[in-house]
Amino acid sequence: MKMKKTTKSNLITYGIVIVFYIVMQIMAGTGSLSSLLKGLLVPLCIYSIMAVSLNLTVGILGELSLGHAGFMCVGAFASAFFSMCTKETITNGAIRFVIAILIGALVAAIFGILIGIPVLRLRGDYLAIVTLAFGEIIKNIMNVLYVGVDGSGLHVSIKSASQLQMDETGKLIINGAQGITGTPNNSTFTAGIIILLITLFIILNFVNSRAGRAVMAIRDNRIAAESVGINISAYKLLAFAISASMAGAAGALYAHNLSTLTALPKNFGYNMSIMILVYVVLGGIGNIRGSIIAAMLLTALPELLRSFADYRMLIYSIVLIAVMLFNWSPKARELRDKYSLKN
Amino acid sequence: MALLDVTNLGISFGGLRAVDSFEVHIEKGQLYGLIGPNGAGKTTVFNMLTGVYKPTDGKIVLDGKNITGQKTIQINREGIARTFQNIRLFKELTVLDNVKAGLHNDYPYSVMTGILRLPKYYKTEKAMDERAMELLEVFGLENEATYLASNLPYGKQRKLEIARALATNPKLLLLDEPAAGMNPNETKELMDTIRLIRDKFDMTILLIEHDMKLVSGICEELTVLNFGQVLAQGKTSDVLNDPQVIKAYLGE
Amino acid sequence: MSFITYLINGISLGSVYAIIALGYTMVYGIAKMLNFAHGDVIMVGGFVAFTAITTLGISPLLSVLISIVICTALGIAIEKIAYKPLRKATPLAVLITAIGVSYFLQNVALLVFGSDTKLFSSVVNVPDLSLAEGQILITGETIVTILACIVIMIVLSLFIKKTKSGQAMLAVSEDKGAAELMGVNVNKTISLTFAIGSGLAAIAGVLLCSAYPTLNPYTGAMPGIKAFVAAVFGGIGSIPGAFIGGILLGVIENLSKAYISSQLSDAIVFSVLIIVLLVKPTGILGKKISEKV
Repeated sequence: MKMKKTTKSNLITYGIVIVFYIVMQIMAGTGSLSSLLKGLLVPLCIYSIMAVSLNLTVGILGELSLGHAGFMCVGAFASAFFSMCTKETITNGAIRFVIAILIGALVAAIFGILIGIPVLRLRGDYLAIVTLAFGEIIKNIMNVLYVGVDGSGLHVSIKSASQLQMDETGKLIINGAQGITGTPNNSTFTAGIIILLITLFIILNFVNSRAGRAVMAIRDNRIAAESVGINISAYKLLAFAISASMAGAAGALYAHNLSTLTALPKNFGYNMSIMILVYVVLGGIGNIRGSIIAAMLLTALPELLRSFADYRMLIYSIVLIAVMLFNWSPKARELRDKYSLKN
Repeated sequence: MALLDVTNLGISFGGLRAVDSFEVHIEKGQLYGLIGPNGAGKTTVFNMLTGVYKPTDGKIVLDGKNITGQKTIQINREGIARTFQNIRLFKELTVLDNVKAGLHNDYPYSVMTGILRLPKYYKTEKAMDERAMELLEVFGLENEATYLASNLPYGKQRKLEIARALATNPKLLLLDEPAAGMNPNETKELMDTIRLIRDKFDMTILLIEHDMKLVSGICEELTVLNFGQVLAQGKTSDVLNDPQVIKAYLGE
Repeated sequence: MSFITYLINGISLGSVYAIIALGYTMVYGIAKMLNFAHGDVIMVGGFVAFTAITTLGISPLLSVLISIVICTALGIAIEKIAYKPLRKATPLAVLITAIGVSYFLQNVALLVFGSDTKLFSSVVNVPDLSLAEGQILITGETIVTILACIVIMIVLSLFIKKTKSGQAMLAVSEDKGAAELMGVNVNKTISLTFAIGSGLAAIAGVLLCSAYPTLNPYTGAMPGIKAFVAAVFGGIGSIPGAFIGGILLGVIENLSKAYISSQLSDAIVFSVLIIVLLVKPTGILGKKISEKV
């Protein structure tokens, strides 16, 4: 009985994403999609993937992370770097893009394991600040990194492009604060939806498996989990790496959606990590479907409120506080109980 | 040879000697009690036996194998499972999943098998479900299998914790105050359950308890701890009539 | 010689971090929450002083006082409206609310003052100090900042040790429930903590803007984060820890700017934090937390 219940719930989640895709495609086909909304389609997928993957860390593993954008940044740069290097050699755009996404995910997973090591020793707020620090370090380094390729191989500098000392065939790929320019625009809405579905498939199946159960057991009671023979370190690292790799894939989508990729505070800084965390919390901690819905609504809302341009972020902040107060304050709870439909 | 041989076990926290030259020998299939006043070091002994604390000195031998100083998960794999004084369930998991978490090491499949839903996933999960339900039935929890563990009443939470410990297929089961917070009826039922576990699973059980009715009712042998040291050891009736033990409990 | 100049400037920057970190650490110690909006109170402090001096033409000293009063009131109001109803909520819900408050303050400032960066004129009227025949130059702002930090540390320590309210704060940070049973007014104590923290934030804001004379709605965000790092660095909840953490952070930041790379200084600061936490998981002066089994 129970299996069927979770399977059904998972199917609804996939269904929502697919229906959303079909509706958007029909609207695009009939020309009723505004250019603003059209431009939002890929970001909607990106932030949904980010929210779902962060929920694995926050909701399933139960550790607060404030550096999720750092993994996205790593994935974005790694994948864009690959695409730039192989632009001429791999001419099939789709194949190159798939490899780029895998590379983005893999590199982010490696960083996930690296940052996961302190995760094993630290808890709560200390962990939160370390993940935040990690995100800022990544962003900072990306801003001073110069990488070029020439006949003799790879050249790296953290000072300036001229320090790379490449020969005349040299091609500058990562240009410090100017980032990477000219990444092929492979990210389409369809690609975004496919990656979102794959992310969902991996996370939902992970959660409902032996490994997912172990991770949730650790979340609920670390000491008891250890006492029944669950390897705490291994499963924490695993969850962290999976979560990071998906953020890396989202980063790859992001990088191939823009002609210029730079690491700014607004796209890869701690503010972005916090924004994603807000999606997770508002969608419900541990609720994967809620993360997608929250991410989509909250990504679209401020953009659709553009006519209120000056006030939209103010409204956003008030809504955020109001929702939290409504959910948690004792007075609001009393009121809800009083007027709830059940009575 | 005894199933559990503990010799000269001791631990210090800073300058404080919490447990000193603790000895116990438990035969296979025995129901053994560890009693003593509050703060005597009983739970500390459990924590050393299960690797939560590393003993400062002494030796723990389980079924002929030296397990002193091993980590908790290794010790669990060697065959010691436990419950906790303050119940530690996986609260947001279902009752069934709590037991399945206990089956973690005996029913393995890889992470990829789980994500890709390979045939082995369905086969193993089904076997796990069956085994877990069997265990839940022993404790009369089969109808609550889909409840969240935190929604169970107190007495059933204690039982679930024992079921979860048994799921790891141990040689020795440690119960830390299983009757704490139970009314006399529940305690009586618990005594039956503990006996049943011993007989059905051919289990060796070491338990900490304050409820003297339970202790005298089911334990065959006892060790009394006082101020971290063994005060008395032997047959239950002998120990409980020992004047020193009575003095330790009632004061002078 | 230039090393000494960098060092002193680092201590000065660190003093600002320390004053901000005090606010973080006190609130954390007593309300067990990360007040993410604390950095934005600094910005508000800066803007109030700026408006008072530039627009209203009030004297700098009086402007600073006005700024302290307004920020103190703001801190109390934020706590009453946004945090107090959430005493029993999960820490994550409180964190998100604090983030909401932070966005709110930034966007109100954006609407009122605009997004362009204002030039803040220093409130400090102390002559620069020249030592070793002009090889070491210490600005008046640097001197005042360091002195202010030392005075605040001493006064705050005395306040906590000697006054009843200070003792109440200690009691609440140790055990909220027990403190309440002993007759401590927990709500009032938490209010007081926010008031002190926000008042200090105003001072930090004015000092920060005097030393680095720019001001916009996001001015408080990065120093806020760094001060938070400083608080964790020293051991969050510990007042001497905030002081040590703040000074160390400022010195590390300034020296790495001078000798390694000005662009990488943030990365270096954060890396040092990670290393410190790996060696000492609860910060330099943090208490060891162990879970009872």
